[in-house]
Amino acid sequence: MQIIVPIKQVPETGNVKMDEKTGTMIREGVESIINPLDLYAIEEALRLKEEHEGSVTVISMGPAKAEEALREAIAMGCDRGVLLTAREFAGSDTWATAYALALAIKKIGNFDLILCGERATDGETGQVGPGIASYLNLPLGTYISSIVKLKGSSLRVKRLVENGYVLLEILLPALLTVVKEISYPRLPTLRGKQRAKKINILRMGPVEIQAEIENLGLQGSPTRVVKIFKPRLSRQGEKFMVKDESDLEQAVEKIIDFLEQRQLI
Amino acid sequence: MEDNGVWIIAEQNRGDLLRVSFELLNRGRYLADRLNTSLSAVLFGSNIEEEAQELICHGADRVFLVDDPRLEYFLAEPYGKMLCALVKKYQPGIIIGAATCNGRTLMPYAAHKLKTGLTADCTMLEVDEQTGELLQTRPAIGGNIMATIKTPVARPQMATVRPRSMRPAPRDTSRRGEIKKEHFDDRLYSSSIKYIGFIEESKQDIPLQDADIVVAGGKGLRRAENFKLVQELARLLGAAEGASRSVVDLGWAPYACQVGLSGKTVTPNLYLALGISGAVQHLAGMQTAENIIAVNNDPEAQIFKVADLGIVADLFDVLPRLIEKLRERKSRERGKTDNE
Repeated sequence: MQIIVPIKQVPETGNVKMDEKTGTMIREGVESIINPLDLYAIEEALRLKEEHEGSVTVISMGPAKAEEALREAIAMGCDRGVLLTAREFAGSDTWATAYALALAIKKIGNFDLILCGERATDGETGQVGPGIASYLNLPLGTYISSIVKLKGSSLRVKRLVENGYVLLEILLPALLTVVKEISYPRLPTLRGKQRAKKINILRMGPVEIQAEIENLGLQGSPTRVVKIFKPRLSRQGEKFMVKDESDLEQAVEKIIDFLEQRQLI
Repeated sequence: MEDNGVWIIAEQNRGDLLRVSFELLNRGRYLADRLNTSLSAVLFGSNIEEEAQELICHGADRVFLVDDPRLEYFLAEPYGKMLCALVKKYQPGIIIGAATCNGRTLMPYAAHKLKTGLTADCTMLEVDEQTGELLQTRPAIGGNIMATIKTPVARPQMATVRPRSMRPAPRDTSRRGEIKKEHFDDRLYSSSIKYIGFIEESKQDIPLQDADIVVAGGKGLRRAENFKLVQELARLLGAAEGASRSVVDLGWAPYACQVGLSGKTVTPNLYLALGISGAVQHLAGMQTAENIIAVNNDPEAQIFKVADLGIVADLFDVLPRLIEKLRERKSRERGKTDNE
């Protein structure tokens, strides 16, 4: 099975710091990692490769630095990496990102399956995977929690929805987005790390993917961020400070009174 | 001001409309009234004509109904391609979908084909006074800030909103509207995906999203075993258990309990936040609760800004006493009924 996994390099969100004055993110000193939810797609791709033979290609769109993420995926066992990088891609929203990635995937060609993470932990939209499927006219399965390959060229998958699981059969080639539940990501191996260090990462730009320039980057993005602001929260509640034991008794009384008055108990 | 109306994508399960459809109608009605235009609902399914009438009772002026046995279950390709065909035929100005598993699949699939913008998980939708454009606001960058997004040129302007982030539109049986039955070319009904079956999830005692009371714990619980305090209080109040994202990431509570942007949105009558600091992402999932009580030892915690009652204290001081008091109350009440 030939599998392509689109991944994104994201800031480690555990320690995102904000500039209080400008309301923007302080990028200095923030570590970049593979989007944690993409690791599950990588792991599932590697498992399918081990079971059914084939290869796993990771692809990412981003600055030159995003090459680190691709090398890390190769250290986990992926076969090759493709980096989509050029200033024309800067400022892409989910539409423009899906467009560029879809063209690059078309260029790579010869795939049975595209596996995506559920969403990126920075943008949190989950729209790029479905966008790629839409552009390439591929069957789309989202929130997939298990994949079993059937005879011939189809998959039996479980899709996690609000009240349970939907069972689906999907004809390949297809695009699936996967949820955490599907696997437990492996760590890079020493041998993998050595291979990742030496391997050549294929680079592509607008020319290589035969893109219409007006569909790329900010110019190709239908959406615009028009305002960024700190959220204003709106309740004027009572705040009660507990300083000693008698305050504590009073605090508990206050909670009970609140619940009683509003007939919650 | 532009016209062509506001659309919402109704959702159904096995022929029954989901509550979120009425929530979308509530939002859609507001936007349509602001724009002085009509509100339409799009409904796909099998044998669902009666449900189309329900959508009118809840605020739709018009329902585009695609009723076909082949559409009984949600499949991205036929639903997506038909939505695109409807958009091309009637050219709506705005489409609002639910940020459910299906909505979050259908909307980006259609938006990409329509080459238009889509904003996920909006917490606020407004109309620009001057231009009539849709202002789509959502938390961004780890939930520390809010971003307002516009789709200036492309149409329709598309957005998804979380279920339970708005109350359902009230029912009014005197409302009249038009049901437009739509049919498509056979090939649009076909899909490379086949529905095989459904496995119902083993449910929490009280489903989080339907719970009247939610008791939620955050990192202030300090250790995994302290989540028991949340569970105990929840049991006493007949509440569902909730958790912040960090608690779920640490493995102290299952993902099913996660409240917030990357988890569930809840609108209970009471939300009790214990040791939760209140990142915007968490607030996005619970700030529409009718009543909010917060206990946290940090007086500056964001959660206090949305709380009706905030207790600045160590939750390990407050919780055991509160649990004890509620227990006493319960046994007193039991005693009372026994004597009657």
